[in-house]
Amino acid sequence: MSETTHDGGVAVSDRPSPDDGMTAAELAAKYGLSVSGARPGLVEYVRQLWGRRHFILAFSQAKLTAQYSKAKLGQLWQVATPLLNALVYFLIFGLILNADRGMGREIYIPFLVTGVFVFTFTQSSVMAGVRAISGNLGLVRALHFPRASLPISFSLQQLQQLLFSMIVLFAVAIGFGSYPRLSWLLIVPVLVLQFCFNTGLAMIFARLGSKTPDLAQLMPFVMRTWMYASGVMFSIPVMLADHPGWISDVLQWNPAAIYMDLMRFALIDGYGSANLPPHVWAVAGGWAAVVAVGGFVYFWKAEERYGRG
Amino acid sequence: MAEARVPTVIADELHIVYRVNGARTGKGSATAALSRILKRGSDDTARGVRKVHAVKGVSFVAYRGEAIGLIGSNGSGKSTLLRAIAGLLPAERGKVYTDGQPSLLGVNAALMNDLTGERNVILGGLAMGMSREQIRERYQEIVDFSGINEKGDFITLPMRTYSSGMAARLRFSIAAAKDHDVLMIDEALATGDRAFQKRSEARIRELRKQAGTVFLVSHNNKSIRDTCDRVLWLERGELRMDGPTEEVMKEYEKFTGK
Repeated sequence: MSETTHDGGVAVSDRPSPDDGMTAAELAAKYGLSVSGARPGLVEYVRQLWGRRHFILAFSQAKLTAQYSKAKLGQLWQVATPLLNALVYFLIFGLILNADRGMGREIYIPFLVTGVFVFTFTQSSVMAGVRAISGNLGLVRALHFPRASLPISFSLQQLQQLLFSMIVLFAVAIGFGSYPRLSWLLIVPVLVLQFCFNTGLAMIFARLGSKTPDLAQLMPFVMRTWMYASGVMFSIPVMLADHPGWISDVLQWNPAAIYMDLMRFALIDGYGSANLPPHVWAVAGGWAAVVAVGGFVYFWKAEERYGRG
Repeated sequence: MAEARVPTVIADELHIVYRVNGARTGKGSATAALSRILKRGSDDTARGVRKVHAVKGVSFVAYRGEAIGLIGSNGSGKSTLLRAIAGLLPAERGKVYTDGQPSLLGVNAALMNDLTGERNVILGGLAMGMSREQIRERYQEIVDFSGINEKGDFITLPMRTYSSGMAARLRFSIAAAKDHDVLMIDEALATGDRAFQKRSEARIRELRKQAGTVFLVSHNNKSIRDTCDRVLWLERGELRMDGPTEEVMKEYEKFTGK
């Protein structure tokens, strides 16, 4: 290529060439160049994302494994951590406070543990989402991939974490007299819906967090308020029996409460459909669809700006 | 001959600005931060966001088959320019047009120190957009090239147990496993011992042949002279000179007082 005529000047267009006098945009159009880093269309974006599914899965598994890789017990902690969590709740609420909140202990303990695990799934997905872009700027600035891979991958990591917790949850349920039955199959659709909801939420917070990293400091308080308002430790209709009905309705229809209640309904023998709000599956599906699709579109809208930080 | 020149990268009046939070004043106290937030006005600088104008109006056209060196002192905007060309950093103003997807050579950010070398090869490959089959095909090649297993079975150990040289070798081997249309290489990639340096230089030459256009950022004037036929000289984010290697290097060496 040494025959090319460089003139050493800064102005590139000075060079003798048939393309002389063309603006950069015209030149780009002539040779079919595209704008670097431009946001692809929504359909193309979904296609690219699908092409990266192996990366998304591998990244989530790698993050999960890396968590405990220095510990002597290694991956055993995946199960031991939720187990210890459940034990603490059993110790405090079951043995010391002897609480049952009007349900009987054999229901209340699995009720509580289910609530904690299910809410933790949403909570950690949101927290991971806030830092999905802002905490991985190095990656965003080094490699090309649809940025939605990151929040999706982090929620997938939390889903795998929850699957380990489910082992403990099954043990707790059986320990308190709820034996495996057909309704346990409902756990699968509940998890699928909650995962869609969490991923959408993670994408919303990934975009917000990329612009305002301060959210990482603020969100724990928001999430804790949400947790107490969602009836993790008490049954909403029982606790709010002497309040106006709409308060309890609103609290029960909030997505976190919906997914917790559905999981309890599926898992716990004495927790019947009377504890569920009306149209519970429709509400669960609606939340999942609206937040997943809305979150995805909202995240995609800023795709080309995530590298800025 | 002029007809044969097909542009692959066009930068048009490119400006890149970084925004740094909470770096306006030296005072890092909470009250200072609060007063900055409370200060009225939509102006970024008034609210403690400091702007760093890293690349200021750079324009150039790169053609197929060219190997272009980027030189300039530290902080002159070389790496930033590369990232903008790759579409990884959004431009403040101006545009970059490219043929296909330019890629930066390097996967460091995707790798995890707590994972084994083996899993990092797979993870890094996937992060670069390779398919599982491609990685499986190249896996042995990558491991052999890195020479990690020369001193025993290290590839099944976590990367945090590697010496810094070994880790750098593995990172380069993973990064160099993929072919690229427009390839960008940031300085000091070829680390490690003498034998590995030679091997990696050979690999870069190979990659260069496959790639349409190559950008190389380096502080090593010799490697710029060896690999590049055109050089862009950046200083303080501005394009100071653009021309054949020898011409620009002479001026640059005069400027740096070497």
